[in-house]
Amino acid sequence: MDWTWFHRFGSPPHFYRIAGTLIPWFAWLAALCGLAGLIGGLGLAPPDYQQGDGYRIIYVHVPAAVLSTMAYAAMATAAGVGLIWRMNVAHAVAASCAAIGASFTFLALVTGSLWGRPMWGTYWEWDPRLTSELVMLFLYLGYMGLRGAIDDTARADRASAVLALVGVINLPIIHYSVDWWNSLHQGHTLLKFAKPSMPPSMLVPLLLLMLGFVLYFAAIVLVRARGEVLRRERNARWIAELLGAPS
Amino acid sequence: MKLLIGENLQLWRGELHVLRGLSLAVDAGCCLQVTGINGAGKSSLLRVLAGLLPAEEGSVSWRGIDTRGDQHAYHSELAWLGHGTALKADLSARENLRYSAGLRRELDSAQIDAALARVGFAHADQRLARQMSAGQQRRVALARVLLLDCALWLLDEPTSNLDSSGQRMFTQLLEAHLDEGGLAVVATHQPLAIDPQRLQTLELA
Amino acid sequence: MKVPSAAVVSPGKAGWRLVQRDLRLGFRRPGEWLQPLVFFLVVTTLFPLATSPELSRLRDMAPGALWVAALLSSLLALELLFREDGQDGTLEQLAVSGLPLPWLLLAKTCVHWLLTGLPLVLAGPLVATALGAPYASIPGVFAALLLGSSALSLIGAVGAALTLGLRRGGVLLALLVLPLAVPVLIFGARATSLAMAQDPMTAPMYLLGAIAVLSATLAPLAAAAAVRISLE
Repeated sequence: MDWTWFHRFGSPPHFYRIAGTLIPWFAWLAALCGLAGLIGGLGLAPPDYQQGDGYRIIYVHVPAAVLSTMAYAAMATAAGVGLIWRMNVAHAVAASCAAIGASFTFLALVTGSLWGRPMWGTYWEWDPRLTSELVMLFLYLGYMGLRGAIDDTARADRASAVLALVGVINLPIIHYSVDWWNSLHQGHTLLKFAKPSMPPSMLVPLLLLMLGFVLYFAAIVLVRARGEVLRRERNARWIAELLGAPS
Repeated sequence: MKLLIGENLQLWRGELHVLRGLSLAVDAGCCLQVTGINGAGKSSLLRVLAGLLPAEEGSVSWRGIDTRGDQHAYHSELAWLGHGTALKADLSARENLRYSAGLRRELDSAQIDAALARVGFAHADQRLARQMSAGQQRRVALARVLLLDCALWLLDEPTSNLDSSGQRMFTQLLEAHLDEGGLAVVATHQPLAIDPQRLQTLELA
Repeated sequence: MKVPSAAVVSPGKAGWRLVQRDLRLGFRRPGEWLQPLVFFLVVTTLFPLATSPELSRLRDMAPGALWVAALLSSLLALELLFREDGQDGTLEQLAVSGLPLPWLLLAKTCVHWLLTGLPLVLAGPLVATALGAPYASIPGVFAALLLGSSALSLIGAVGAALTLGLRRGGVLLALLVLPLAVPVLIFGARATSLAMAQDPMTAPMYLLGAIAVLSATLAPLAAAAAVRISLE
C-alpha cells in the first residue's frame, strides 16, 4: 500500500496547507449541524413525559461526554503516531487535543451536574458516568501538567505520548471499575434513555448535535495544531517563504 | 572497514543546532578525541553515538550495521562513561564494581582487585563511595570500564578530577586498550599523550 | 579485534544481581525505606481522630481509609525508586548495558516493593483490626493488599519514570498516578470490606489479580520507554 499520503500529511508545510483548507469546511458544517440540532432539540422535540423540559440538557451533555472520550482517543492516537514515526506534526496535534478535550470533559461535568439538580435534588451525586468523566478530567490535567513541567519540547512530546498511551489503556478499565463500584450500591444513573427507545424527534437533533460537536472539535484541533506547528517550526525556511519574506 | 561510523548526524537541542551534518569514522586500534568549547556539543555527540540520544537525521553504524537496528548487540560491546560516575554512594569500591560491571560480565574478586590496582586504587579498603574524593570515584569508574572488557569505549571527560598521576594512568589504560585492538571516542579538553598515528581529533565549533 | 575474556552474564542473572544490589543498598539506609510505613500508620491514625473512636463507626470506614492511606504511602515511596539512580548515572548505565531495560526495571520495582510495599501489606491487616475489623478478616485483607500494593508499585513506576529529574515532580507524580490507580482502589477496598464482612471476596480479588498481572507485563515496558525518554 502506498503510504506517501501519510508521510506527506506529516510534513509540516503540507499539513499547514491541508489543515488551512479543511478548517472553514469543518467550521461551517459544524455551525450548520449545531444550529439544526439546537432548533430541533430545543424547539421541535416534545417534552419528556417524566422530566418535562429538563431533559433537553442532554443535547449538550451527551455530545460533550462523547467528545471528551473521543478527544482522548484522538490525542492518544496522534501521540502514538508521533512516538512511533517520530512525527512532529502528530505531536502538535496531540498537544492541541488536550485542552479542548479537557474543556469538553468539564462541560460534560457541569451539564451533568445541572441536570442532576432537577432529577436528584443535588448538584452532585456519584453517578458512574459523571465519576468516570471526573477521573478522565484528572487524566487530562495530568497530561497537561506533564507537558507543562518539561521544558524541552521533544522530551515533553515523547513523555506525554507515553502517558497518553498508558491512559488510553487504562480508560476502559477505569470506566468498568467505576461502573462496577456504582452498581454495588444501586446508585443513580443519569441517562435513563436507551438509544433505540428515543423517538426520532428527540434522537435526530441529538445525532445532529453530536456530528456538529465532532466537526467543531476537528476544526478547533486543526486551528490549534496549525498554530502549534508554526510555533515549533518558526525558524524553518518554508515559513519564511510562506510569508513572502526575503530569506 | 572502519568499525564505528557516524554519517551526516544532525541534532537539535531545543533551538540550538548542535550537530550539523557531522560524519566520523573510527578504526580498530584508534582513538577519536572530540574537543570543543563548553556547550559545543561534545557530550551530545557522545550520547548520540551511545544511542542515548536519537539524532534527527543521520545514522551511526557499528561493524557496518545501523545501531538503531539491534541496539542490544551494539551496547553489549560498548563501555560508556558519562558525566555521572554511576557509583552508588553506599557501596564500597569493590561492591560497586561487583554490582555494576558484574551485571554484564562474570567477575571474581581477583579480577576486581587487578582492575583496581591498574587504576591506582590498590588500597581498596572498605570505604564507601560517598567517603571517597571525586578523583577516587573517577578511578573506580575507570576500573569499571576496564572490567567490562568491551571493544568500544565512549568516554565523556574521563580525566575530570584526576590529578597528573591519574591522567598518566588513564593514558596507559587507553594505550593498552588500543593495543588490544579496541577503539575509543573520548571527549576531553586535555591533550591525549598517545601515539599520534592512532589519534584522530574532531573539533566541534 | 578485541574479544571479551570474561563470560557474558545472562539477563536473568543480571536481574538477580541488580536485586541483590538494591537490597544491599536498601538495608544500608533502613530509615529511608521505613518512612512510607510510618506515614501509613500516621495517616490511618488520623481517620479515627477526625471522626470518632467508636469501633462500630470506624468499621464502615476502615476499607476506604486503609486503601487511601496505602495509596498515598505508595506515592511517597515512589520518590525512592528511580531518583538516585537517575541522578548518579546508574540508570544511564542500565540503558546502555545491552540488557533488556524493562526486565531490569521490573527487578528494581520488585525490590522497591519488598522494601516499601511489603511492610504496608504486613501492617495493613493489623491496622484494619485497629479500625474495627474482625480478626478472622486478617488473611483476606492481607491478600487484597498483597495484590493491590504490587499493582500500585508497578503503575507508580511508570509515573516515576515519566517525572524523572523534573523539579516539583512529586505533586505531578501524584496527579499522574492517582487516576490510573482508581481501579486498584475500587477493587481493593471492595475486597477488604467483603473480607471484613466475612463474605466471599472472589470477584474483586480476580479483578485485582488481573490488574496486577496486566501491570506486571505492561508497566515495565512503559517505564523503560519513559526512562529512555528522560535520559535524552
